[in-house]
Amino acid sequence: MTSFLSSNAELVITVVKIALLLFIVLTVNAYLTWFERKVVAHMQSRWGPHRVGPHGLLQPLADGLKFLFKEDPTPAGADKFVYYLAPLLALALALTSIALIPFGPEPLPWKFYGKAIYLGIVSPDVNIGILALFAITAMGVYGVALAGWSSNSKYPLLGGLRSSAQMISYELALTMSVVGVLLMAGSFNLKQIIEAQAHHPERGIFGWNVWPQILGFFCFFVAAVAETNRVPFDLPEAESELVAGFHTEYASFKFAMFFIAEYTSMITVSCLCSILFFGGWLSPFPASWTFTHYLPSVILIPFGLWVILDGFRYETMFGRIILPGVGTAIAGLGAVFVLLPNVNEFIQAPFWLLSKIFVFLFVYVWMRGTLPRFRYDQLMAFGWKLLLPLSIVNVIVTSFVILARMTWGAK
Amino acid sequence: MTAPLVVFFVLAALAVIGAVSLILQKHPIHSALSLIVVMVALAGLYLLLGAEFVAAVQIIVYGGAIMVLFVFVIMLLNAGVEEHTNLSKMAGAPGLLLVVALAGFVAATIAKSAESVHAAPQTGELASTLGISNMIFKDFVYPFELTSFLILVAVLGATVLAQREKS
Amino acid sequence: MVPTNYYVILSAILFGLGVFAFIFKRNIITIFMSIELMLNAVNLAFVAFSQALGKVDGQVFVLFVIVVAAAEAAVGLGIIILIARNRQTLNVERVDLLKL
Repeated sequence: MTSFLSSNAELVITVVKIALLLFIVLTVNAYLTWFERKVVAHMQSRWGPHRVGPHGLLQPLADGLKFLFKEDPTPAGADKFVYYLAPLLALALALTSIALIPFGPEPLPWKFYGKAIYLGIVSPDVNIGILALFAITAMGVYGVALAGWSSNSKYPLLGGLRSSAQMISYELALTMSVVGVLLMAGSFNLKQIIEAQAHHPERGIFGWNVWPQILGFFCFFVAAVAETNRVPFDLPEAESELVAGFHTEYASFKFAMFFIAEYTSMITVSCLCSILFFGGWLSPFPASWTFTHYLPSVILIPFGLWVILDGFRYETMFGRIILPGVGTAIAGLGAVFVLLPNVNEFIQAPFWLLSKIFVFLFVYVWMRGTLPRFRYDQLMAFGWKLLLPLSIVNVIVTSFVILARMTWGAK
Repeated sequence: MTAPLVVFFVLAALAVIGAVSLILQKHPIHSALSLIVVMVALAGLYLLLGAEFVAAVQIIVYGGAIMVLFVFVIMLLNAGVEEHTNLSKMAGAPGLLLVVALAGFVAATIAKSAESVHAAPQTGELASTLGISNMIFKDFVYPFELTSFLILVAVLGATVLAQREKS
Repeated sequence: MVPTNYYVILSAILFGLGVFAFIFKRNIITIFMSIELMLNAVNLAFVAFSQALGKVDGQVFVLFVIVVAAAEAAVGLGIIILIARNRQTLNVERVDLLKL
């Protein structure tokens, strides 16, 4: 057993990491639906889910069970092979893209049979990191398009057509808007892109790419929202016009796969936004402010205590057990960070990256609660006549500024 | 067999199966899917060859844009199952023979020249994206500008072609 | 290390299959796809030789080929849409008149 572990350490680490990441991503996905429903509900002065478990926290579990037990019909005349392939493709590609995201620069403090354990499936140093990510997201359109076609039904077909046209159009702007960042970093490597934003550690938040690349960020975020088919660009699944768009004919777990794929690509886009434009795992504070390193604990401990107290409002034993348990875990985690300075230093990078991802996920939900859907011609005009020219202007301006700096040496 | 060789044979088999399936499938969508398999397998081969950038571009442009365009047009025109006349079916048999001859001839010729290639000195590691960009923007800058012009013409042409005539 | 020969032979096989598909298929979209297959086969040979010679030229050529293929796909599919609109068929054997 030991010899197997020591000779295949790399393989074992990767398999364990994949299993762990799958578990985490799927759980986060489930609670993202809860979060979305809750936030949108509160924006519309409703309560949102609150029956199943305290604050409706067990709702995702109930939904998941429902998906598993629903009947799973295949429409007559559907192209069976493609019909089954489409959701698999969508889910597999969405999950693969998240495997390329690095969640921290340093490997874990301890090693496994002499092999370093990085946060994220692949080590942060992938030479074509961002290109590989784009390659995978570019393939994502097939899931939607093929689902629409293979269902042999008119609404899904319209949804699939819309989505493939939309994705081709916005992919151009998406790719062009990143070029500015790549020019500034001089690399496709995600780690180097982040490190390029830390040239002036004392500037903190003002060293990030958003400031010089504000135009690029605007284009990127809008195009990315369109790529993930979310409000206000959710025409492929516009329920008021197309029933449910490309997944109208899908039920049960195949529908859940599309759902998970969509939420996973939301997470990927949030990761990309924070890595490319918001400094990834860099802290927004100047490097000299070491006291900000206690921020995770300062957030976690009061939050945990509040959750514990909140649990005692419930009359059911269930709520009284779950919430205090979760609260104790959160507060305990915060206490661990305070007590072990090594651990605290290590979690700084993942903490900041995860907080930024959370902020972007909130923005996604916020937009869903706020914005109405585009009309189809507006969507196309917006993509081709505004976003694409803007991102090209951004590339030109950025390259001229970089050239001027290189020529006259103004640092 | 070494690991790269195994990877090569798996990807090569995938590519050939995809190409054969492109021919055998009756429905254009299935043919398109087979072609996508070929393209992804080729991207894998490019990675094996150390051409990371080309592999990424292959998937982004071929897989993510061109083939999506094909699938889009097939869906838009609602293309049905392919029909063959008797004549075209008969033409398949001699065509197959000729194609085998062609492939064999091409393979033999190029493989012979590939042997002489091996005599050429292997200059260290294959240049990365930096090398490619240096070459495009220094040695090939005029062809590069010409391709941008070509794309402009293509965009205009496609727009004019696909536009409905005003009655 | 995989010998360059293997790549070249694979490239020839793919090219041959592309030629056969081009001749044998009757759907105009599939015919167009087999052109893409041939271009891909040639690209493979380019990259294989580029690696064998240790020069980047081959890869640059592949990039140019991809760009041209994209342009060709845009125009070609535009033409296909026109044909389908005017003749109501995608079968090349039925597109045999020079005028309507």
